[in-house]
Amino acid sequence: MNMMSEAAVEKALDQKMNTVPFKMIGKDVSVYYGEKRALFDVNLNVRENTVTALIGPSGCGKSTFLRTLNRMNDTIDSCRVTGKITLDDGDIYDPSIDVVELRARVGMVFQKPNPFPKSIYENVTYGPKIHGLARTKAELDQIVESSLQKAGLWNEVKDRLHESGTGLSGGQQQRLCIARAVAVSPEVILMDEPCSALDPIATAKVEELIHELRANYTIVIVTHSMQQAARVSQRTAMFHLGNLVEENDTDKMFTNPDDQRTQDYIMGRFG
Amino acid sequence: MSTSLILLIILIVGLAAYFAGRARAMASSKGKLSVLHSLPGYHGVYVAIWAVLPAAFVLALWLLASPFFIENSVRSALPESVHSQGSATTELMLGQVMQVANGLKRLNSDELTAVTSGSSSLRDALAAKGVPMANAGEPYMVEAAQHYNSLRDSSRWVMSAVVLIIAIAGAVFAIRGISAPFRARNRVERVMLGTLLLASSIAILTTVGIVGSMLSEAIRFFQSVSPSAFFFGTVWDPRFSAAGSGGTEGQFGLLPLLAGTLYIAFVAMLFAVPVGLFAAIYMAEYARPVVRGIAKPLLEILAGIPTIVYGFFALVTVGPFLRDISAQLNGLVTGNYVNFIQAQSVLTAGLVMGIMLIPFVSSLSDDIITQVPRSLRDGSLGLGATRSETIKRVILPAALPGIVGALLLTASRAVGETMIVVLAAGVAARMQLNPFEAMTTVTVKIVNQLTGDLEFNSPQTLVAFALGITLFAITLCLNIYALYIVRKYREQYE
Repeated sequence: MNMMSEAAVEKALDQKMNTVPFKMIGKDVSVYYGEKRALFDVNLNVRENTVTALIGPSGCGKSTFLRTLNRMNDTIDSCRVTGKITLDDGDIYDPSIDVVELRARVGMVFQKPNPFPKSIYENVTYGPKIHGLARTKAELDQIVESSLQKAGLWNEVKDRLHESGTGLSGGQQQRLCIARAVAVSPEVILMDEPCSALDPIATAKVEELIHELRANYTIVIVTHSMQQAARVSQRTAMFHLGNLVEENDTDKMFTNPDDQRTQDYIMGRFG
Repeated sequence: MSTSLILLIILIVGLAAYFAGRARAMASSKGKLSVLHSLPGYHGVYVAIWAVLPAAFVLALWLLASPFFIENSVRSALPESVHSQGSATTELMLGQVMQVANGLKRLNSDELTAVTSGSSSLRDALAAKGVPMANAGEPYMVEAAQHYNSLRDSSRWVMSAVVLIIAIAGAVFAIRGISAPFRARNRVERVMLGTLLLASSIAILTTVGIVGSMLSEAIRFFQSVSPSAFFFGTVWDPRFSAAGSGGTEGQFGLLPLLAGTLYIAFVAMLFAVPVGLFAAIYMAEYARPVVRGIAKPLLEILAGIPTIVYGFFALVTVGPFLRDISAQLNGLVTGNYVNFIQAQSVLTAGLVMGIMLIPFVSSLSDDIITQVPRSLRDGSLGLGATRSETIKRVILPAALPGIVGALLLTASRAVGETMIVVLAAGVAARMQLNPFEAMTTVTVKIVNQLTGDLEFNSPQTLVAFALGITLFAITLCLNIYALYIVRKYREQYE
């Protein structure tokens, strides 16, 4: 019964999707790597407290778009971004914006689990310490516990917080990375194929986690797995050859897409 | 036949064997290459190896062993009057016989008969051909020399014949073994493995040999000077060993030299580590590819400058500069224009050695820092850390074991550095803490003790070997410690 009602609530939520406000707005976003153009005038908006999945064949620009959202592309020398991206109406490419502050608001989880070669505790406190989010040890402990709980890792690691984070299993490492991102209290979390290096059981745990995180965070996830996009997201955007092909409610996308290319990709005819 | 001619012939036989082996393999394949287990080239190489290797091995063995046997034979042929004068005289006479033998070969037959019949002086005849002799020579010498020459000639002929027969026999044996299923490829592979093994064991054995020779000389030193006086002595005053007066006592205290060595190396590291490390961080993390492409090779050019040039630089530029500027400073503060930094000082040597070490530190650290996976950088930047925070908190800790290893390697270079300190540090062996005064190092004293005319039986000279082995032990310990640290941290981080 309980399950049913939860599903019903979600359905209702999904149907109201079109009324959910935008958290981030991308307008005419183009990305160049040197001479090569990787994204062509993408207009894609991300809704608040929603999981938005970016799908498409390899090299279609979905990861590139994801990385424009917290300016991670800045770390690549030859990369140039044009167009406008806003976060809560503030232009994130405005020269007055502090990119460090932006990345604290828009956190990121990467394809390969990349815990720092430090203890689990230090991994989680890394961000809070840098941004001065805690003044006392007790506050730090509190952040560590709540972040690990949100990442569903607390019960597994609470007795060995001071062991190395690299000693965890792949799935645990990835959840540690999510806890690390959550610890800075971001508003948006970007996930770049977070499950591609994980086994099915670990993947299921991370997906479940994404589901729960949605209540508090806006999530954008790049994935190669259509099933995963269908399972975790409410909105889906399909990229092809650097263009945004279609963006729609996930249900509609997987049952009755507007664009033929989306249909073909989902049916496995290319990509 | 001369040795090089024999070698050439062996090589020609080998080349012929190669083509013969190839042709034989081709023939046994009957036009279908795929029935061969190995490509024809491998069969060729296999046959060539059989032709060349055993023959060359026998040649080398013969060349090493035959002089020993020939000398023995000649030695026993020397008259009893020589043997009765002891082994030193026998060896001296043997040497003279060889000299004569060498000279006899240059005489023509007329002169030879004149010499053997005694009608002309051996000494004059040889001197005319440019072979000097210490004394007039004795009749038995000519006889022994002829004996020696004939032995040598026949040995050479037998050797040439044997070696050639072995080469041809090897080739024939190998060719007969060739057939389509024959695994020539695997055999050649095994010879390759043997060659590589030989090369690496030569490198290791040489090191062992060096240590062994230093140890044996050092032990001779410790027979005249007690180890405790050497290792714990605080006075370095070796005196000069006058000829014939072996009893001149000197004091060979290691501590002042060791103190100077470590002090100068410390000053050098103090200067090189921050500069080199910061340069490496800039190169690895901040520099754009264009800047990096220009600056990194430029920095590495520094590593290619011979250290003697750094020594000049220290002697001619840095030393006088420091001396003058110290005089000016002293004058400004106290009104007394007396320099407080000596031109040759710990500071001068340390500073210049530090400059020399910068490229080592920066190049090694740069390699290690760029090896830290990009994902760690992204992880930190993605959490809103700045670049320098990322470097300080993630990259340097992750790269630390490698960097510590690099620094220890650099330190062992600093300890063993010679030319800069010879020119810039001075020769005064004393223990003090003022970096503005001259001190000396182990390497400087090794150079001092081994320059000039030497007799290798006085402690004044032999002490150089004791110093050398001590230095070797220190750098060895540094390197082992570097490995230990690297391994310990690696466990923690991976």
